[in-house]
Amino acid sequence: MSAVEQWRGVASEQDEEISGHVSALLQRRSRRLLGSLVRPHRRRVWWLVLAVLLQNAAAMSGPWLVGMGIDRGIPALRSGRGSPLFLVVAALVAAAVTEGVAYRAFVVGTGRVGQDVLLDLRERVFAHLQRLSLAFHERYTSGRVISRLTSDLDAITELLNEGVDTLVTSALSIISISVILMVLDWPLGLVSLAALIPLLLLSRWFQVRSTAAYRRTREAVALLVIHFTESLGGIRAVQAFRREPRNDEIFAEVNNQYRQATLRAFQLITIYWPGIHAIGNVATAAVLLYGGLRVVGGSMRLGVLVAFLLYLRRFFEPMAEISEFYDSFQGAAAGLEKLSGVLEEEPSVPMFSRPAPEPEGGWRGEVRFDGVRFGYRPGVEVLPELDLTVPAGQTVALLGRTGAGKTTIARLLARFYDPDEGRVTVDGTSLPELTEQQLRRVVAMVTQENFLFSGTVAENIVFGRPDATRAEIEAAAGAIGADVFIRALPDGYDTDVGKRGSRLSAGQRQLVAFARAFLADPAVLILDEATSSLDVPSERAVQRALRTVLADRTAVIIAHRLSTVEIADRVLVLDDGRVIEDGTPSDLLGSGGEYADLHRAWRDSLV
Amino acid sequence: MTGLRRFGPLWRMRTFVRPYRGRMLFMLGCAAVGVAASTVVPLVIMAIVDGPIRDGDRGGLLWMCAFALGLGLAEAGLIFARRWVQQRVVLRVEAQIRNDLYTHLQRLPLAFHNRWQTGQLLSRATTDLSVIRRFLGFGAIFLVVNALQCVAVVILLLLLNWPLALLVAASMAPAAWLGKRFGTGYAAGSRRVQDQQGDLATLVEESATGIRVTKAFGRGPLLQDRFGRAARTLRESSLDMVRLRAGFWALLQLIPNLTMAAVVLVGAIAVADGRMSLGALVAFTSMLVLLQWPVIDLGWILALAEEAATGAERLYEVFDEPLTITDRPDAVALSRVRGRLAFEEVSFRYPDSGPEEPPALRGIDLVVEPGETVAIVGATGSGKSTLAALVPRLYDVTGGRITLDGQDVRDLRLSSLRSHVAVAFEDPVLFSMSVRENLTFGHPEATEGDIRAALELAQAEYVYDLPWGLETRIGEQGLSLSGGQRQRLALARAVIARPSVLVLDDPLSALDVHTEALVEEALDRVLSGTTGLLVVHRPSTVALADRVALLQDGVLAAVGTHSELMATTPAYAAVLSATAPEGVPTP
Repeated sequence: MSAVEQWRGVASEQDEEISGHVSALLQRRSRRLLGSLVRPHRRRVWWLVLAVLLQNAAAMSGPWLVGMGIDRGIPALRSGRGSPLFLVVAALVAAAVTEGVAYRAFVVGTGRVGQDVLLDLRERVFAHLQRLSLAFHERYTSGRVISRLTSDLDAITELLNEGVDTLVTSALSIISISVILMVLDWPLGLVSLAALIPLLLLSRWFQVRSTAAYRRTREAVALLVIHFTESLGGIRAVQAFRREPRNDEIFAEVNNQYRQATLRAFQLITIYWPGIHAIGNVATAAVLLYGGLRVVGGSMRLGVLVAFLLYLRRFFEPMAEISEFYDSFQGAAAGLEKLSGVLEEEPSVPMFSRPAPEPEGGWRGEVRFDGVRFGYRPGVEVLPELDLTVPAGQTVALLGRTGAGKTTIARLLARFYDPDEGRVTVDGTSLPELTEQQLRRVVAMVTQENFLFSGTVAENIVFGRPDATRAEIEAAAGAIGADVFIRALPDGYDTDVGKRGSRLSAGQRQLVAFARAFLADPAVLILDEATSSLDVPSERAVQRALRTVLADRTAVIIAHRLSTVEIADRVLVLDDGRVIEDGTPSDLLGSGGEYADLHRAWRDSLV
Repeated sequence: MTGLRRFGPLWRMRTFVRPYRGRMLFMLGCAAVGVAASTVVPLVIMAIVDGPIRDGDRGGLLWMCAFALGLGLAEAGLIFARRWVQQRVVLRVEAQIRNDLYTHLQRLPLAFHNRWQTGQLLSRATTDLSVIRRFLGFGAIFLVVNALQCVAVVILLLLLNWPLALLVAASMAPAAWLGKRFGTGYAAGSRRVQDQQGDLATLVEESATGIRVTKAFGRGPLLQDRFGRAARTLRESSLDMVRLRAGFWALLQLIPNLTMAAVVLVGAIAVADGRMSLGALVAFTSMLVLLQWPVIDLGWILALAEEAATGAERLYEVFDEPLTITDRPDAVALSRVRGRLAFEEVSFRYPDSGPEEPPALRGIDLVVEPGETVAIVGATGSGKSTLAALVPRLYDVTGGRITLDGQDVRDLRLSSLRSHVAVAFEDPVLFSMSVRENLTFGHPEATEGDIRAALELAQAEYVYDLPWGLETRIGEQGLSLSGGQRQRLALARAVIARPSVLVLDDPLSALDVHTEALVEEALDRVLSGTTGLLVVHRPSTVALADRVALLQDGVLAAVGTHSELMATTPAYAAVLSATAPEGVPTP
């Protein structure tokens, strides 16, 4: 285990090493993805092929025309006729202009197709990631998501920016030169085309070796991105605990691993590229010798040999170009492979696409858990068997130790996960039958995290319901007593909250998150310890607001402190995923169970 | 000249390359000799056409061909040697810059990090750096080599036939002019594209880290929309660049081709008149082809150079950010700390606050005696967390001073100060590392016993039951913990080194009632021996403090014991008491 591995610790799944069979499977998968990306642009691709053929034909005619000028134009000129030469020169000019115009059209065209493909791929991956369930995100983690959407896509961008057009033009010139060489003089043509055999062997060797090498670079860069974003995201803790030297060490190691992986890939190129040059130069020498002998022997004209040698240059130059871009191609292929992997992930809680029939008179919010069993990992059951009915409009508080299953119940109700067995229903409709839009109108959750996006305060609140007016936003903030501090900000509701809301205090962030949930106005509201960072007066204000807001809606509150429980109609005390106490707060106080004990301790702590 | 000043940041990058000067020269040498070898080949061909072939000298032909073959193999060998050295150098330079960038970033003050999105920083450490790497590896060398090659070829052409060569040289003038114009447009475009890539990375970073909130409100489509807009803007800017590039490259092809036509015309006439040999014309045209590739490549290299310059500029924006919170030159390390913490007339204003905004803290005077614990109480947004962040110098005061045992904290070595002052935040930051690494975060020297004691104190022994115990990877990349579990771990991290001053910013907020009491009990034991500054919201936690300070709108409104303040300060009772009459105005 390397030092980096020691630092990272052990996680459940490691899917690093890839066998040959899987490798072929991966390549097929990314080819499928590429096909589906390019298919919509088929017509444009045909136009591009036309443009590049034209450009190529014009470019190819150059040496031939020069040969004509020498073989025909000069003798004609010597005998006093200038027109063949002028004709050749005019043709050269025409070819040059055609080549330029067609080339520009081709580059712009491929650029557009490339950028469209890139946009399509970006949006597809992003949308797919948004669709994937939380279970996936918790396994896959944000660092890798970021790495996929940045560095992997960068690799593809690099290829599109600098590779594709060169690849295509080079490939085309190689093919057309092969044809021209054969037409000009087939024995000499055969001699030069024989060079293709070692060339193909060398390319095959490179392809096999480099695929694995580039795959490793993608893995390595993902690790680098993870460490980079995480440590800068948590910079406060890093600095407060003098973590910088150790982080430097880890980053240096991760960075070094990435360097090593890249080096390995580059070393292959270092053998491949000069190899191509060597083969080309040997072929040129062979043609020169053979052709020269034939000219001397009189079975070949000098002009043909000159043209042949000119073409041969253009034959091997693009080979080298291709090998150069084969490098960015392999990088992009590895990126595409990773992205196709993400796109193949199926959401573990697939959303229904056809809306379930809305209950008459709208959603009331009766929640039922029927025989629900659930565990995050096989064999570790968090909820052994839960049956629970929350009548519409009731406010339920969940109490219990860490690991008792409070948050799990909330997550099942918000459909972050689906139960292993049994079902969760709202107003008799099973949650999986709802579309995403319906689901979020029915159930909304305020989490402990209070994550704020960069943007203004208003933008963060309106996240709860994008079509809300400014007045509604301010009303929601007002209802929970957040408008006092918001108005005191320099630009009021239009104040930028800074990165992750750094301009606001933890309590203020929580109030904004609350306003967001109130604005969403769902039939069932889940509060996961949502008042933990508030001072007592703010908490009281929020609770006052909750009383009105929750009056006609169902609420599930995960409570760590008993002040929250005060507004509940009903308390559930959980232990190991089972309900051990269930009743109104006053009933439970009288029964002398765990709740009563906790409550007594809490009252004592109050001033 | 503005054109050159643009490359200033890229030129500054030379400090990173300096250690490899010798090797860079070697690479340049290899490239130059390799190019020379390939340039000589047409001359050999000319010699063959004009010599052995015309004379029918088969032996000579064989000998000359062997010479051409040798040249060709030498070229390949030189390429190999150059690249072998180049990849090592360039990757080392890239890794070095990235390391330096990261090191610098880690030491930049919090104020910087609040201002800069991680996505923008990430795009500098990856995208921009790889452009610079490519420029250093290929661009910089071939810029020189290709320019040399052009000059060399032109000189050879001059020797072959000077009137024709002058014609060729003249044709390069428009290419140079084009290059300059292109550079200006491309510079602006690449800056735009690279900035937009950073914006996109920021959106990606936020959507990935905020996924739970997005899921909770089903707002995936909204974010997709935002992302789609940004991606489309990037597409537009990228397409502008493509158009610019395409036009430039097309013209760079057109110019040599037209030159070729002119050469054929003039050359053929010259040969017909007998002023030039046929072999010379053949060599001249082959040589002209040799000129075509380097000129076209120059276009590509110029584009790369522009992008690299932009990347360097973006990198230096970060490198040039001053490290405002650093050791003073005469900073001292405290060996033994009694733990007397004093705030003297402390005021603080966030650097990004508006001019009309009042400072976050004003005129704070407070002394915490060694071993004493003072709780800071105040309404949401009154400046409690800010005050706590000033002690370990996460921010520096903008007025007055904070002293530890009589020494201004700014006169202490940062590492010394932060080893004596430990902090636990309300929002516990855990990293995707093993539990052990998270715990011994700033104290790699902690022993197994220290770890056990800290875990016990923070009631965080649950970590021993995790699948791989202390080696389990937690946080984002591994096992997810509940809010309370995370807070307890963060608390254990703060107390593990038995600091002299403990700053706790509401570290118990997410604990459930069961554990809160246990943690408070344990904390009470720790705090009895250390100086404590406690930011609290709960009456129960106030009990841990010897004295309480009430913070109102950045001003210290009252200091005293809990019962004193309850009796004398209604605002204090209002902030803390659940039973106080509603309607007491909260500040």
